[in-house]
Amino acid sequence: MKDQLENIKQEALKQIEASDALEKLNDIKVAYLGKKGELTSVLKSMKDVAPEDRPKVGQMVNDARAVIEGKLEAAMSALQKKAREEQLKKEVIDVTLPGKRNKVGHTHPNTIALKEVERIFVGMGYEVIEGPEVEYDSYNFEKLNIPKNHPARDEQDTFYISDNIVLRSQTSPVQVRTMEKGKLPIRMLAPGRVFRSDEVDATHSPSFHQIEGLVIDKNITFADLKGTLAEFARELFGEETKVKFRPHHFPFTEPSAEMDVTCFKCGGKGCRFCKGSGWIEILGCGMVHPNVLTMSGIDPNEYSGFAFGVGLERIALLKYEIDDMRLLYENDIRFLKQF
Amino acid sequence: MNTPLSWIKAYVPDLDVTAQEYTDAMTLTGSKVEGYVSLDKNLEKIVVGQILSIERHPDADKLIICQVHVGAETVQIVTGASNVKTGDKVPVVLDGGKVAGGHDGGALPEEGIRIKKGKLRGIESCGMMCSIEELGSTNEMYPEAPESGIYILPEDTEVGADAIEVLGLHDSVFEYEITSNRVDCYSVIGIAREAAATFCKPFLPPVVTATGNSEDIHDYLKITVEDSHLCPRYCARMVKNIKLAPSPAWMQRRLAACGIRPINNIVDITNYVMEEYGQPMHAFDYDLLANHEIIVECAKEGDTFQTLDEQERKLDSTILMINDGEKAVGIAGIMGGENSKITDEVKTMVFESACFDGTNIRLSSKKVGLRTDASGKFEKGLDPNNAEEAINRACQLIEELGAGEVVGSMIDVYPEKREGKRLPFEPEKMNRLLGTEIEAETMLEYFKKLDLEYDKAANEILIPTFRQDLVCMADLAEEVARFFGYDKIPVSLPTGEATTGKLSYKLRIEEVAREVAEFSGFSQGMTYSFESPKVFDRLLIPEDSPLRVTVNILNPLGEDFSVMRTSPLHGMLNSLSTNYNRRNKNVRLYELANIYLPKALPLTELPDERMQFTLGFYGDGDFFDMKGVIEEFFDKTGMHKRPHYDPKSGKSFLHPGRQANIIYDGVTIGYLGEVHPEVADNYKIGDRAYVAVIDMPSMIPFTSFDRKYTGIAKYPAVTRDISMVVPKEILVGQIEEIIEQRGGKILEGYELFDIYEGTQILAGYKSVAYSITFRAGDHTLEEQEVLAVMKKILNGLQGLGIELRA
Repeated sequence: MKDQLENIKQEALKQIEASDALEKLNDIKVAYLGKKGELTSVLKSMKDVAPEDRPKVGQMVNDARAVIEGKLEAAMSALQKKAREEQLKKEVIDVTLPGKRNKVGHTHPNTIALKEVERIFVGMGYEVIEGPEVEYDSYNFEKLNIPKNHPARDEQDTFYISDNIVLRSQTSPVQVRTMEKGKLPIRMLAPGRVFRSDEVDATHSPSFHQIEGLVIDKNITFADLKGTLAEFARELFGEETKVKFRPHHFPFTEPSAEMDVTCFKCGGKGCRFCKGSGWIEILGCGMVHPNVLTMSGIDPNEYSGFAFGVGLERIALLKYEIDDMRLLYENDIRFLKQF
Repeated sequence: MNTPLSWIKAYVPDLDVTAQEYTDAMTLTGSKVEGYVSLDKNLEKIVVGQILSIERHPDADKLIICQVHVGAETVQIVTGASNVKTGDKVPVVLDGGKVAGGHDGGALPEEGIRIKKGKLRGIESCGMMCSIEELGSTNEMYPEAPESGIYILPEDTEVGADAIEVLGLHDSVFEYEITSNRVDCYSVIGIAREAAATFCKPFLPPVVTATGNSEDIHDYLKITVEDSHLCPRYCARMVKNIKLAPSPAWMQRRLAACGIRPINNIVDITNYVMEEYGQPMHAFDYDLLANHEIIVECAKEGDTFQTLDEQERKLDSTILMINDGEKAVGIAGIMGGENSKITDEVKTMVFESACFDGTNIRLSSKKVGLRTDASGKFEKGLDPNNAEEAINRACQLIEELGAGEVVGSMIDVYPEKREGKRLPFEPEKMNRLLGTEIEAETMLEYFKKLDLEYDKAANEILIPTFRQDLVCMADLAEEVARFFGYDKIPVSLPTGEATTGKLSYKLRIEEVAREVAEFSGFSQGMTYSFESPKVFDRLLIPEDSPLRVTVNILNPLGEDFSVMRTSPLHGMLNSLSTNYNRRNKNVRLYELANIYLPKALPLTELPDERMQFTLGFYGDGDFFDMKGVIEEFFDKTGMHKRPHYDPKSGKSFLHPGRQANIIYDGVTIGYLGEVHPEVADNYKIGDRAYVAVIDMPSMIPFTSFDRKYTGIAKYPAVTRDISMVVPKEILVGQIEEIIEQRGGKILEGYELFDIYEGTQILAGYKSVAYSITFRAGDHTLEEQEVLAVMKKILNGLQGLGIELRA
């Protein structure tokens, strides 16, 4: 019996040794260890063994089984490892081939610029508000301290719908609408379309966008205006950006200013981009005119505020170095794809 | 406004700055310098020379050889000019010097032209005698210069002196952007006052002295002003025994630098005073004024008038005219008439220095289609108190130049004298507005520099009438800020109650729209809000469609931009067309923009502005790709009910069999479809194109950002597949409605997995297959439950004439 077992074991080990495929090992497993396998049949023949020898024989069978199983497992995992390695070798790819992309669309450069501006001011506690694009003359002009026949009306070349309805020539009427609601303090940002009768060319469009800002509270100062807009400029154009405020005139602010920023191409040294001056004009601003506050029902002795207006296209053209405003309204996909 | 720096320096004698320093400082105090031109640019080593002798060139008929004394030496110069003679004094550029341009007066080269010693036909020439064009100027500005040839300097000019100095070209002309509120700065005196204040130098304006003989103008002339509102002041003085002559060089130089061509002493004086004081003046020939009378009154409707540029102008009853006893002689404040203009024969003339209503002049100037230097100044609203000073200055110049005999006294029709205002001096308020701590004394110093006097007793600032822009504390605060320096005002951030920064709900939904569109491959476009009324025909919109009821622009840029759009389609199709024509493949665009629907016409209230989310594409994809984007958008905005897609949407611009209204909870919130091939043809899009339009105001009430977790199912689902033979006209939407209605609580979902029409199916029928999933949240479904529900569904489907496939 012992010899028989030893023979079975040796034979099995020999076959395992000679196997070069997983299937063969499986066959060996079945042939020796399976239900009808040789070792099992030895066990089945235990009934012919003397009862006192049975434990010993059983032990011998189990030992043989453990040896075969161990060997089988080792051989199997070696083969598996080899197979895995071969598979990996076969599966080498050219990682420099192009990626497969979901064809995602692109945001309009105006919107990208707007989102940047919104992000900055929403972070400073401003609420983004909209107003009508077709607007009463009174909101577009009169309540902004631009009475009928004021020369500033000519400067803006307004489109008229009727005697008292216009296409708004600025986003400033949203200031008035917000102030008239009477909820103070105010920190608002009003982006939107505005219209002026300028013929289309590389730097003009009869329809463009402005972003209006307004802050009304007690004790708002010109210093606050400067601080806020300087912060805005640094956020938008980079930490190094410096600002310069120049006196200017707008009917609805007093004092008024225009803000220049250091040219973000040359850093202020002067280049073709900034026409050699080192500065680029960015926005108009000022302290809200007391007449405007009064007309909107706010007491200028108690409250003060500042307002500013930025041309969105101006920001987009400057920031993304777009050299022709017409590109923004043609919607050529080769243009839009670059943003 | 163009002004030579030399003229400013005449009134601010201590001003000693470079052009760049001047530019920077003036800009920072509010007189923005747009740019400047140095008149002596590229003029180097140019001196006064005197021609000692002239001889013929031995080898060239058209050349002469001149010996020219230039002070320290005598040089030999060969020239082709024919207008010089021995003894003439001329500008000479020495060897190694530079001139600004060529003798032909063409565009000036950026770097000028270097002059070097050389030989002309074998004869040495050392330098060049200059024409006015070579010195960078023109015959227009230097009328005494010959048409072509060397500029001849006056006989008394010192030989060897700087010729550029002699010609007054060591100067810079500045161009300013004057804001509309600073009427006073449209004058040399106004700018000079600002310059003096900016550089803290004394301001010395011209001193106007008394003029005139012992006669009285009232004995010569009668003036009546019919409308003192349109003409608050009318001053007139007279000059007789006029001696027309060129004005002196200094006056010509200043006018030339301002871009005004010198003509003769009388015309030059009126122009000079207009530049100097900002007060337009007019001169009439006294002998051409019928009845020696001037009447200021409005024209009669339909009158015509010939202005001195020989153009016929149509008038109406709002246009103010200058009439004599019989006829019109000028359009007030705009232009005089051909019939009374100063000619070479003039003996006696009337100077007019008036103040007209700015608004009326502006409107009249538009009506007659004529904008002049004078009207441009009047329309800003001039200070009537400036008129008297200006006319007296003109008379002073007449006497100084010996241009005539000024008649004594002045006719002054000025019924209501304009007085200066007074404003309380409130330094604390100004500091509070500016965020500064400027001493009251310092503020008063700034004011004094600007001729704003302080009445200490009343604690008030006296505002002169030329500063019409100063009406309240904030205006004075700006004056303080300007001279304190905007750059020196400290920097702070608003304090006070915190506010919440946020986007409106509508804007948040629009952000989702952008995200969904872009992740579905659509790029954002922007198109104009106004378009041509002809687009309705291109879109096959019926004549009686409400879409043709538009908000119209009264003064459009042309028909193409004349009506406010009532549909976003033209903008979208036009953009797709642009791309198609440029051979861009597979273009997907979206736009978020308003349409404008009038509530009633004519417009009495603002139109309804409705935000439209518009998608369009051509190339890869079909109707269902578009529908998928819409479904994704609804899903992302919390609209989880089943929208109804109604094919009877009746859109003339869409393919009749491939269009649907999108109905959510009974409300039509948009539509989608394939563009009608005829419309695609109209837009020259040679590919199938698809559009979808969501009317955001209709949709937004159904949206929500609320999210609730309902748990992950614990119990298994049961799936039943059904394959049906369906009459062709039945829509799958109808089948799905039945599944939804009858599926009950245990219905989890359903999915169309096959649809087929063809040979294996009976004509008039199609094969449709669905996979329906059931699940209960609280137990494993029993076969019986599923069977019961399936039976209900199948019964319902049978009602539509649907049979299960064998």
